[in-house]
Amino acid sequence: MFRNQYDSDVTVWSPQGRLHQVEYAMEAVKLGSATVGLKSATHSVILCLKRASSELAAYQKKIIPIDKHIGISISGLTADARMLSRYMRTECLNYKYSHDTLLPIARLISQLGNKMQLCTQRYDRRPYGVGLLVAGYDDQGPHIYQTCPSANYFDCKAMAIGARSQSARTYLEKHLDEFANCSPDELVKHGLRAVRDTLPNEVELSTKNVSIGYVGKSQDFKILEDDEIGIYLSMIEGEERRVGSGGGGGSSGTGDEALRPETGEQGDPQDPIPAVAMDTE
Amino acid sequence: MSSIGTGYDLSASQFSPDGRVFQVEYAVKALDNSGTVIALKGKEGVVFAVEKLVTSKLYEPGANRRIFTIDRHVGMAVCGLIADARQIVDIARREAANYRSQYGVPIPLKYLNDRVSMYMHAYTLYSAVRPYGCSVILSGYDITDGPAMFLIDPSGVSYGYHGCAVGKAKQAAKTEIEKLKLTDMPTQDLVKEAAKIIYLVHDELKDKNFELELSWVSKETNGDHQRVPDNVFVEAEKSAKQAMDAESDSEPEEV
Amino acid sequence: MFNTTDAYSAPPLWKNGPVPGAFYNFPGSNVDKQHIAQHSQAPVTTATSVIAFTFNSGVIIAGDLLASYGSLARFRDCPRIMKVNDNIIFGAGGDYGDFQYVKDLIQQKIIDEECLDDGFKLKPKSLYCWLTRVMYNRRSRFDPFWNTFVVGGLQEGVPFLGTVDKLGTAYEDKAICTGYGAHLALPLIRDALEKNPLLSEGEAVGLLKKCMEVLYYRDARSFPKYQVGIITKDGIKIEGPVDVNQNWQLAHMIN
Repeated sequence: MFRNQYDSDVTVWSPQGRLHQVEYAMEAVKLGSATVGLKSATHSVILCLKRASSELAAYQKKIIPIDKHIGISISGLTADARMLSRYMRTECLNYKYSHDTLLPIARLISQLGNKMQLCTQRYDRRPYGVGLLVAGYDDQGPHIYQTCPSANYFDCKAMAIGARSQSARTYLEKHLDEFANCSPDELVKHGLRAVRDTLPNEVELSTKNVSIGYVGKSQDFKILEDDEIGIYLSMIEGEERRVGSGGGGGSSGTGDEALRPETGEQGDPQDPIPAVAMDTE
Repeated sequence: MSSIGTGYDLSASQFSPDGRVFQVEYAVKALDNSGTVIALKGKEGVVFAVEKLVTSKLYEPGANRRIFTIDRHVGMAVCGLIADARQIVDIARREAANYRSQYGVPIPLKYLNDRVSMYMHAYTLYSAVRPYGCSVILSGYDITDGPAMFLIDPSGVSYGYHGCAVGKAKQAAKTEIEKLKLTDMPTQDLVKEAAKIIYLVHDELKDKNFELELSWVSKETNGDHQRVPDNVFVEAEKSAKQAMDAESDSEPEEV
Repeated sequence: MFNTTDAYSAPPLWKNGPVPGAFYNFPGSNVDKQHIAQHSQAPVTTATSVIAFTFNSGVIIAGDLLASYGSLARFRDCPRIMKVNDNIIFGAGGDYGDFQYVKDLIQQKIIDEECLDDGFKLKPKSLYCWLTRVMYNRRSRFDPFWNTFVVGGLQEGVPFLGTVDKLGTAYEDKAICTGYGAHLALPLIRDALEKNPLLSEGEAVGLLKKCMEVLYYRDARSFPKYQVGIITKDGIKIEGPVDVNQNWQLAHMIN
């Protein structure tokens, strides 16, 4: 192990001004399977890769509806995500009760950020070990937000988090300019291609291991699962997969992955190498 | 720092044998990774300028602002861990709202500074919490007292300043600020100088992309803290870029 | 619950638990007198009717400037028409102190929102809903705000008008009058709106003047100076004090 003196509690600063416990929590996000979010001028889409813990187990759901206008997809500790989603649902419900309108996405996210920060500063807590992609639609249009265990959050044009998600981000960055004018279908196709780039070579996308959530102008948040996904899968079927797909995990999208050796296949017992201090930017 | 690693630097509630609280000093280190933040106080206003580092193309421009409005008449610029800083913003807003409900007038900046400083200081006293990894600058303008500005450290210490800088390039920025005759500068000029300094101290090799953030609170804004209007912003940014170009022409030996 | 504790007696054995030396004080036998409070059962300083209705391009709302102590015309400059933000105008009748308290709450809400600076502005329906929740909550605690509130504004460009009273009863309508106005002015307004559902702003002002005049003649708690608030897409104007046209020449003919 590479443990050091300063990584035992969230309340301990390292001499370099880093919080190792928080950085380790950021690693938890990379243990979950990848999830991708992107948006056009009218719609937001989140897609994710699901895993089954065994042949006999169902695929773990990774998209959680929050309100009519918001849904999230998760990567990391599912149980932590359930706490966060319950909080988000409560906030949305309370706002609707008291103001008779839907809670603006930016406000929900900033409240969530403040909630998540509290457990990065107290001895008796640990950070939430989950990253979220939040897809939402409000008066200011569609949104994709990314949240981190460090309690940072980012307003994104598109984003991917989770295992091997760097390849998905590469895809998204390459096609970033196309998204704005995409139809919802086109958006989903882009998303699926990005998700596909996170797969190891021997695995294929299927109706079982993918789910899709979308929301948009006069479109409540909706989750597609199983058979409904087949149509979209067939749309990108036969397209050539990018060579050299896969690659390191990473959640911050900061390009810090480049500084670090590629980690092996997912589930590799190798110790994670924290790349950068809890993102200060 | 000979006592680093001797076990006296693991808790905010513990002194080292030579009388220091290392955890607080380490927290200050967190600021060194953060974009530079400067604040200038002129004749009748205070200007904030922030170098907000953008680490991915995938982020929306203008998100994760580092300048906040606390109450109509108070601005806050933050440096360090943004998640920590937002907590301070929240506390400051509550203090301001509470003061307003108690006394029916806007909170005096001096008093707000006191309260927020005390709050941050409280997090340097106990082993159960860690000091905040951020510094904040408060700004305000008062019709009788004129402009005012305070910088609060993670330690909870605060001072009033004419000009101050925190973050990555604080040394370089301070040097630049010291060249200015701040006390009799009009707010419009402060904006331009502030933008210029941010562009000047930005390290293009280490951090590629950044966004400039500008805000002011002054006599002209009726003592309200606001983001600078678009036209002023564009002009300030333009003149900052021109100044940079002129600089690089005169010093060809630098890359 | 078990006993009142003072500085001299021992603290309870556990939170809300029995106190040493007071063991025979069983629950319910001795209700803590400190927790009995009598809530207000009547308003004190009161304002009378609010008149409001929609016209083709906005909402008009008015209330006079008097605050009475019972039948005594006590304070003669008590404005109670208020601009909330660019979308919302607000009027209140009933206890003037309660109104001022709620006004402060609303104003802080607006400041909070301005500070967020996220581009969202409170809409009239949201404020109306929020007020309804507040009023119903207070009445359910048997401690109501003794007011009738009227919220007007433009919701997505369409005129909105709603009211909520001290019981939390709330409804939206094209014409809303509170207090005496509900008996005297409302029929006049309904009559006018039936004949011409799309009044112009000028016609609306005329109708309002008429209503305030009638109310002044017949409502003994009214006053001949009032404020008029008008909200249209061009913004909010609050005018006043406006004088009621008085003509008492007929007076001698009424025995």
